Amino acid sequence: MNIKVLGACCKRSLETYENTKLAAKALGLDATVENIGDPGEIAGYGVMRTPAVVVDEKVISQGRFLRQKDAEALLKKHLGL
Amino acid sequence: MESLRAAWDFFQNQVLGMHWLNTLVGRILTSLGVDTGTRLGGSAQFFVYDTIKILVLLSVLIYGISYIQSFFPPERTKKILGRFHGLTANTLSALLGTVTPFCSCSSIPLFIGFTNAGLPLGVTFSFLISSPLVDLGSLILLMSVFGAKIAVAYVSVGLVLAVAGGTILGRLGLEEYVQKFKTAGSVDIESPDLTREERLQYSLEQVRETVGRVYPYVLVGVGIGALIHNWIPAGWIQTVLGARNPFSVVLATVIGVPMYADIFGTIPVAEALYAKGVGLGTILSFMMAVTALSLPSIVMLGKVVKPKLLGIFVGIVTFGIIVIGYLFNAFGFVLA
Repeated sequence: MNIKVLGACCKRSLETYENTKLAAKALGLDATVENIGDPGEIAGYGVMRTPAVVVDEKVISQGRFLRQKDAEALLKKHLGL
Repeated sequence: MESLRAAWDFFQNQVLGMHWLNTLVGRILTSLGVDTGTRLGGSAQFFVYDTIKILVLLSVLIYGISYIQSFFPPERTKKILGRFHGLTANTLSALLGTVTPFCSCSSIPLFIGFTNAGLPLGVTFSFLISSPLVDLGSLILLMSVFGAKIAVAYVSVGLVLAVAGGTILGRLGLEEYVQKFKTAGSVDIESPDLTREERLQYSLEQVRETVGRVYPYVLVGVGIGALIHNWIPAGWIQTVLGARNPFSVVLATVIGVPMYADIFGTIPVAEALYAKGVGLGTILSFMMAVTALSLPSIVMLGKVVKPKLLGIFVGIVTFGIIVIGYLFNAFGFVLA
């Protein structure tokens, strides 16, 4: 599974990236978690608010700062765990 | 009518302006042995009062405003704007800029998102000008500090600047100066309908996040305000920024443009300058220059538009701010 956290220019986004990494690990997911900062790539997903979370090329959250437990809840819901 | 007026005055001075807090801070400082009549004591009173006032108002306002904003994510704004043309689109864009949540971080994806959706360049710029310049929070905070008339005047001219600036930029036909980005074209992603609880939770997150981000600017702003309030002679300030200097507006704008500060950090500085007799137009120009343009935002925007368009954008906004300043200095007395 591939998880991307879009947005790398502010604390809000960078912390969401860290928290998502922790969440994926806590859930025991076999996933690579990347941080994307390139504006063209971000816009390519149709995202206009960072931070955003993309799982296997599908946007599942945008414009929301995620704590670890928020990220866990989000991933669980998306994956139907 | 009389009682209505008294009620409004009470609301403006005591609820929004929190004058009772100023009295309270003064009494506490006095009981601690600080003479608030002295410069140092007066500065301390201004600092404590203004910091508490702004942070309390900020928290309450962000909470309420975020709730409203949760109904207007940029995806939705983009769709709404796509249905309109010409001046209507520019006006709507400027208005939606005041309620759409926006951080300077998102300006590039937002710019690309808007232009890729086929929104005219001018409409996108109306949004980009109005979004940092005018929001509901600044309207209420300005009311607390300067009164309703001046607050409404600030918001009105801010919107006029956004509509006019965007319209002019749109007419110039500068589309070729936008950097092309390879994207999947215009992607519409669904923004899920939020429940009431989710909106309230989002509002709370916004308060936590915004106050955490903005408070250093508020402290610096209030600090500068306290300095101006009690230490810098009114005569100096009036010589540089007062009516005696015909270039005061230009000076205030040129100093303000590269500065990066939040509107909430700018207001205490403006408040202190106003108390020292600086013209209303000069103060409005300073606040607008600080919030609408800043070095970091110009650098960011430089990644999506070519230098020529960037230069024209900065030029038009700066010129507009200067014109507004002179108009208010000349005709501002009708608001007093």
